[in-house]
Amino acid sequence: MSLSYLKEALSAVDIKADWIGLREVNEVTTWRVIRDGNPQANSRNSDHGIMVEVLSNGQFGYYGSKNTEIKNIQSAAENALKQANIAAQNSIYSFDESARPVSKGNYQTTFSKSVDQISAEKINEILQRAYRQLKINDRIVSASAIAMIVESEINYVSSNGSDISQNFLMVQSEYSAMANKNNIYQRRSDNHCMQIGMEEFDEDVVLTRAHRVGEQALELLDAEECPTETTNLVLSPDQMMLQIHESIGHALEVDRILGDERNYAGWSFVRKDDFGKLKYGSDLMNITFDPSVKNQFACYGFDDGGLRAQKEFIIKDGLLIRGLGGKESQIRSGIDGVANFRSSSWSRAPIDRMANLNLEPGDSSFNDIISSIDRGIYMETNRSWSIDDYRNKFQFGCEYAKLIENGQLTKTLKNPNYRGISTPFWNNLAMVGDQDTFEVHGTPYCGKGEPNQVIRVGHASPICLFNNVEVFGGTN
Amino acid sequence: MINMEKLFYDLSDKLFNSLLNQEKLLIGIKGEKSQFIRFNQSKVRQSGIIEDAKLELCLINNSRTCSGSFTLSGNINSDELKSFEELSRLRREISGLPRDPFIVLPKNTGSSREIFEGDLLPFDKSVSSLSPSMKGCDLAGIWASGHIYIGNANSSGQRHWFETDSFSLDYSLITLDEKMVKSTYAGNKWNQLEYEKNMSNSISQLHLMERKNKKIKPGEYRTYIAPAGVADIIDMFSWGGVGESSIQQGDSSLCKMRKEAKKMSSCFSLSEDFSSGLVPRFNANGELAPSKLNLISSGNLENTLVSTRTSKEYNVTSNFADENESLRSPAVSPGNLDEDEILKSIDQGIYLSNLHYLNWSDRSGGRVTGMTRYACFWVEGGEIVSPIENMRFDDSIYNFFGDKLESVTNKAHLHPNVGTYDGREVGGVLCPGILLKSFKLTL
Repeated sequence: MSLSYLKEALSAVDIKADWIGLREVNEVTTWRVIRDGNPQANSRNSDHGIMVEVLSNGQFGYYGSKNTEIKNIQSAAENALKQANIAAQNSIYSFDESARPVSKGNYQTTFSKSVDQISAEKINEILQRAYRQLKINDRIVSASAIAMIVESEINYVSSNGSDISQNFLMVQSEYSAMANKNNIYQRRSDNHCMQIGMEEFDEDVVLTRAHRVGEQALELLDAEECPTETTNLVLSPDQMMLQIHESIGHALEVDRILGDERNYAGWSFVRKDDFGKLKYGSDLMNITFDPSVKNQFACYGFDDGGLRAQKEFIIKDGLLIRGLGGKESQIRSGIDGVANFRSSSWSRAPIDRMANLNLEPGDSSFNDIISSIDRGIYMETNRSWSIDDYRNKFQFGCEYAKLIENGQLTKTLKNPNYRGISTPFWNNLAMVGDQDTFEVHGTPYCGKGEPNQVIRVGHASPICLFNNVEVFGGTN
Repeated sequence: MINMEKLFYDLSDKLFNSLLNQEKLLIGIKGEKSQFIRFNQSKVRQSGIIEDAKLELCLINNSRTCSGSFTLSGNINSDELKSFEELSRLRREISGLPRDPFIVLPKNTGSSREIFEGDLLPFDKSVSSLSPSMKGCDLAGIWASGHIYIGNANSSGQRHWFETDSFSLDYSLITLDEKMVKSTYAGNKWNQLEYEKNMSNSISQLHLMERKNKKIKPGEYRTYIAPAGVADIIDMFSWGGVGESSIQQGDSSLCKMRKEAKKMSSCFSLSEDFSSGLVPRFNANGELAPSKLNLISSGNLENTLVSTRTSKEYNVTSNFADENESLRSPAVSPGNLDEDEILKSIDQGIYLSNLHYLNWSDRSGGRVTGMTRYACFWVEGGEIVSPIENMRFDDSIYNFFGDKLESVTNKAHLHPNVGTYDGREVGGVLCPGILLKSFKLTL
């Protein structure tokens, strides 16, 4: 379906509403999985439909339909209008058209190798080779090489003149190995989630990543248990991703602060009057909402409410200055926000979602940080995550760790975990890595919302040092 | 209204009739028409209707397989065109794929058809029926209501169809000082009086939350976990738990039971039980699971969930689990503790109504972390003294379903599955509450 068809459909809708928006989403997700040397999945899922949103009497109503024919869009609009008018009798806020800003433009993922430049057969071959790198010896009892490729097209038009077309190409590549000796099982993995083309499957890079995973899985079998102590903690960018996501991102989503999520994902310890006042972290903490970082998973030009996306500081020198709220939340709360009113598909209404939320690099090199520590733990790659409904008390676990002694990385440690409370933890941020330590990560699986929505997010960060963190090991 | 069952079988027959030589085909459908109304402060935040349907084709030929799904529009002509385009795409792709030694070939072991017609609120009556009982409260939650269908058919002639109407209002009531009570009113026949009674009971529970919070320190406490909290723990067994493939691959918390003969408490029994009829017994291959399968019996690992693919890979017997070997209709057996005796049996300790955000903190060790949430209380002398501040726990299933499990309540409650990530879910977890000699709170 083209943008011109969508415009034609919009002009054909005949209802008495204050505003109408049509958002068509056509998304194709392809999975290729090799597990233990055999194909586990070669599947392609194509999801196509239209979200018809209507504003009437201050209330939005929606109808998401699998049928994109013009006559069906008319019927969907009539039903959406009915939903809006009934809900308006008891609505939480009376909106006007300003909740859907007028924007025009395009967005396209930048990539160098398109999907049709690599066949299903070739990807399977590369993943098979990756598997052989993962299975270094018989102590690797299971190993997987996974490719997920998402091609997504979103077209959006509205009665107040928005006209937006966005095209995305996204890839997740993951290599993982489970090692076993006696009753010890240790899993190691390497996961990329990016907006990128098929250059992600450059064979040399794939095989190098897979081999490292296999070697480190074996290394963990003979590693010591992570000690239980309060110490200096250095987190790699692939764990900082989770730390930013859970203890900053969700806490600052304005719809949570307004209470929309209290029955599901939860509330937030952050309150409306904290903006401009709350010292969230140390002076080294600079957090940005940045939809423009090269290759990052959640880059886009416009959110699903039509707001143009641009980089904004959320926390500056440790001070909370802006929320993660789209236009509706900005209007309801009066808090400055960003373009993050996003939905998981045509079948869900947009809500506030973090997108690319990043920690800006500092000026310490990796060696500066490690050499400054008499004793501490360096942890890589998340394997366990849990945080309370106010986003305060968290406990996270990692796959791989190293003991830091006298300014040096020494023994490998298994089952590393740490726990803390969000703002005290971030106020203990003591050193921030430089641009050379900065890495771009993300995940396709951020869950939130009622009805539930899973959405893609990106988090980029340098390595970071935190003081006085409670660390501990596993049961074994 | 379009008859999706007829559309599905018409399309399936045309696709099966077009198969070439040794080709085999499995076809699945899943769809819904649902109303969702989101509430905050007992007022409507968002309201709408979703109509969705997906058709999935899985082609098998020459020891190779691949699959594809797409959105069905409900227009038979365009859906037929898309179906044949997808079949052609699968044919183009399949020959270049590696051989799959564990393909599950379609069989015809019998067909089924189950339709559960409900009595739902009309979409235009939902707000007016739900809102008055919430008035004066601070309620956040989600109303979901409508029609769900799941079907599959294969080229060996087997057909299954499951269709149901259902609704749920999953909600939290919140006091001025931010204490909460959680409840779900769900079913397939709307009863206004029952709904009002459910809401009224929840509102009366809120009064218990008005007492001042007690702050407790990390440590080990005698603890009761109510059925809703137990249901959250049981959900963890679907994720690196009872699946046979996860045990074979060393990625299960139950490896200790299989490989080190570890046992849980004789008070703990878990089964997969389809007798309620809330969930279809057929899986994506069209295989029918046994109506009841004991998994953990009196603390012993008796069975795991085994898909036919896993059975081929590891040479074990299939019990026709879904390919991801997760629980579809779990049930924990009730015990002897009278529900009226719960507080008295706690004597001094903690009453936990709900848990939140569980995750394995050490999967191979069976250790789970998570938070307490909602109506959780400090109990002294067999009586509720005060609500507690939410605490983090980090403890092992081999403790709280093992030697720390003192007793299980004598009534199992259905905790309905209100998840909607991949469309509206059906079924739920049937479980009682558990009384623990100790439970480890850490933060």
